[in-house]
Amino acid sequence: MNRSSFNVHGSLLEGHAMQKQTIHFILNGDPIEVEIEPYLTLLQLLREKLELLGTKEGCGMGECGACTVLLDGKTINSCIFPAMEVAGKNVTTIEGLRDSRGYLHPIQKAFIEQGAIQCGFCTPGMVLSAKALLDENPNPAEEEIRTGIAGNLCRCTGYIQIIQAIQAASKQGSTK
Amino acid sequence: MRKFDYLKPKTLSEAFDLLKQHGRKAMLIAGGTDVIVMAKQKKVSPDVLISLREIPELDHIQYNGNLSLGALVTHRDIEKSELIREQFSALTDAADVLGSIQIRNVATIGGNVCTAAPSADMAAPLLVLGAQLKVQSAKSERTIPIDQFFTGPGKTVLAHGEILTGIEIPKLLPNTGSAYWKHQRRQALDLPILGVAVLLSLDKGTFTCHDLLCTTSPISAVLHSLETEELVCEEIRIALGVAAPTPIRTKRAEDLLRGKKISDELLEQVALAAADESRPRDSLRGEAWYRSDMIKVSVKRMTMRCIERILQPAETVFPTRLW
Repeated sequence: MNRSSFNVHGSLLEGHAMQKQTIHFILNGDPIEVEIEPYLTLLQLLREKLELLGTKEGCGMGECGACTVLLDGKTINSCIFPAMEVAGKNVTTIEGLRDSRGYLHPIQKAFIEQGAIQCGFCTPGMVLSAKALLDENPNPAEEEIRTGIAGNLCRCTGYIQIIQAIQAASKQGSTK
Repeated sequence: MRKFDYLKPKTLSEAFDLLKQHGRKAMLIAGGTDVIVMAKQKKVSPDVLISLREIPELDHIQYNGNLSLGALVTHRDIEKSELIREQFSALTDAADVLGSIQIRNVATIGGNVCTAAPSADMAAPLLVLGAQLKVQSAKSERTIPIDQFFTGPGKTVLAHGEILTGIEIPKLLPNTGSAYWKHQRRQALDLPILGVAVLLSLDKGTFTCHDLLCTTSPISAVLHSLETEELVCEEIRIALGVAAPTPIRTKRAEDLLRGKKISDELLEQVALAAADESRPRDSLRGEAWYRSDMIKVSVKRMTMRCIERILQPAETVFPTRLW
């Protein structure tokens, strides 16, 4: 056994040391460089390395949407997305939704005003799914809203106020 | 989850080298929505993941009569393709309901096929569309018809060192419609209780009585009226998911209809035959007797949907329709 291949992560790979990798990507509009273990998920990168705790872990298996973030504007489940794959891409988390003055995004305001937040755990993912929906379809019918948020589970609200919030936000005008 | 290294080859050739170098310690990963979940559940323990995402030319959608899909095409890409929706509708039906938007943005059709779950949503549509799978290895290439690809739950004929690079759907007959129904309790984020895909080609693409399909009459009544049109089935293919250890074609059922006139009685027989050919089991999502019953109902309904898509392609299918 070659001692030099035993790395601090406790994993023995014959003839190959698992090294940390440096990746560059855009996070909430700003370029960032970060060193990561190659097996990290994007969720782990965001919460554990970057201490951006807005993105939540619900099921950890891509089945609830609590971990939803935007990758190049499209929603993904960060809990099952390899962090290595964000290199060169644009990641938007819930923290990135405020404008440059720090004011809440119209979708966030609508969620608050319409009572769409109870425990709040689904909210970051739900808001980002709503943003992706409205970016693509600024005036969705109710059925389209339901389909648009079908990947985000909420145990509290029964979805009615969430749908109303998205409708209110869409009436407001530009939500980009 | 076991810690793994994550490699991103830039060419197929590099990928083959890495596969050879790491042997069975390595697994291929495309979108990762199956592989990462399996790694977290400890169903697989790779030391190395070899990502296919940086390899160019694996995510094309090309159409010139036949449809050519790169293995890395995402389900969301398929959902968004008007061409696939019109011409290869069963594929879009499946892409529409697979997982969730978050999953579909990342998960690939190649991955769905290679994970080879008996419930794989894309499998039954690909079976009825007669898909040919393009598989490459370091030294050779082969084309595998999809009905020879699956060997068991989660198992395929792929050897270690082989990569699925593309899926070809040969040109379909004129006057062809296809449809897929995912029988599920939820409207998203669910596995199917049963998956039924049908492809139907008729001898003609028009009919005389245009009101026939604009109805809420029972399917049998509609089919009886349709008999006056004397539509002949030139080709029929039926595939089932979650009705056997692998996704299957029910070829003996198909033989009953091929070349014959469409009629209510005949479709009943075909649906019964399809149920007979299946081998569903009792499982979490449903019992075998229920799946069998649902096959009998839904084969007929999906055939009806095909007929509608052939005869009235411009009409949107209303959700209240019985089929």
